[in-house]
Amino acid sequence: METLEMTQEEQFQARIDADVRIEPKDWMPDAYRKTLIRQISQHAHSELVGMLPEGNWITRAPSLKRKSILLSKVQDEAGHGLYLYSAAETLGTTRDQMLADLHSGKAKYSSIFNYPTLSWADMGCVGWLVDGAAILNQVPLCRTSYGPYARAMVRVCKEESFHQRQGFEIMQTLCEGAPEQKAMAQEALNRWWWPTLMMFGPKDEDSPNTAQSMNWRIKRFTNDELRQKFVDMMVPQAEFLGLTVPDEKVQWNEARQAYDFGEVNWDEFWAVVKGNGLCNRDRLGARVKAHEEGAWVREAAMAHAVKRTEREAVAA
Amino acid sequence: MNQSEWPLWEVFIRSKQGLDHKHVGSLHAADAAMAIQNARDVYTRRQEGISIWVVESKHVHASNPDDAEAFFDPANDKVYRHPTFYQVPDSIKHM
Repeated sequence: METLEMTQEEQFQARIDADVRIEPKDWMPDAYRKTLIRQISQHAHSELVGMLPEGNWITRAPSLKRKSILLSKVQDEAGHGLYLYSAAETLGTTRDQMLADLHSGKAKYSSIFNYPTLSWADMGCVGWLVDGAAILNQVPLCRTSYGPYARAMVRVCKEESFHQRQGFEIMQTLCEGAPEQKAMAQEALNRWWWPTLMMFGPKDEDSPNTAQSMNWRIKRFTNDELRQKFVDMMVPQAEFLGLTVPDEKVQWNEARQAYDFGEVNWDEFWAVVKGNGLCNRDRLGARVKAHEEGAWVREAAMAHAVKRTEREAVAA
Repeated sequence: MNQSEWPLWEVFIRSKQGLDHKHVGSLHAADAAMAIQNARDVYTRRQEGISIWVVESKHVHASNPDDAEAFFDPANDKVYRHPTFYQVPDSIKHM
């Protein structure tokens, strides 16, 4: 039995190495399944919780156009959450189980959503920086080894680039506006820059799961590689806007052909991960409240469907 | 806990007239009408479709991937089913 198991695992790895996608009913190691359920559900939870900081601004958007755009973006995020939950369900977990884990605090979501959105410029930063970082994380996942996850990510990525562009446009409009508006943009950038760098996760040496995930081609780049790419992409964009990234150590390194930058405050990172960010309790509270207050709708819809099926059976 | 969950539906979308319905993913809904409504909101926000099919997932029967090799093997050695198997003289046109 032992040797048979080995063979299966070797065969599995050979398929991964040959870039053959794994599909739901294929044999896979338990750890691969568990890692994927954790990563995909975490990703789905992030989409769901990610709607909350923006929800705050739907009623406060400065124009009907901005309001329509923000509504569409939030609707996309609900959709992204649903694509991802469906992908995770193909691995044998249930929607109820995943939501229960989110609501109990057992499952994590991206820490970035535990920061408050204080001004309209924050909607610009969330789109431009946060979605920009999300895209860097997500584009390689379109080629991840698990088929349903990869297909969900293709869909997500197609829709995500509008999110980033609308955020950049908000920033650009503010930067071309009154001095107070530009100051508002700078102030938002100051608050969002570091938390966005944290979105890529701990440093490679503190990320023990990275090696296995890369080997299984669940992950395609390390956290530090993606963080570097992000800085290289964003510093020139901030310059274009006439804004300054709040890091004195940011400097072009000719030899590396990349930007040097300062160290993330890892104490803050771990504090937020462990539930002590500015908005952790608020976000989870809002999520649980929405779920509990929606329970009667879910039950009523089900009861209605059952009743109708019974009525049709009688009629037939 | 599981009993409260709405059933799972597979969603198929025809992207334009003349093309097949194609599987795009799944979603939960209490009944077929709600599944179609939800499928419109989840999978066609950018005009990806003009027609939607939904099938409750429990009604889908699938071949077993463990048997894939033996199951699909019979087609392996029948190269004569492909037109390239046959040699056509150069002077013969339109074949």
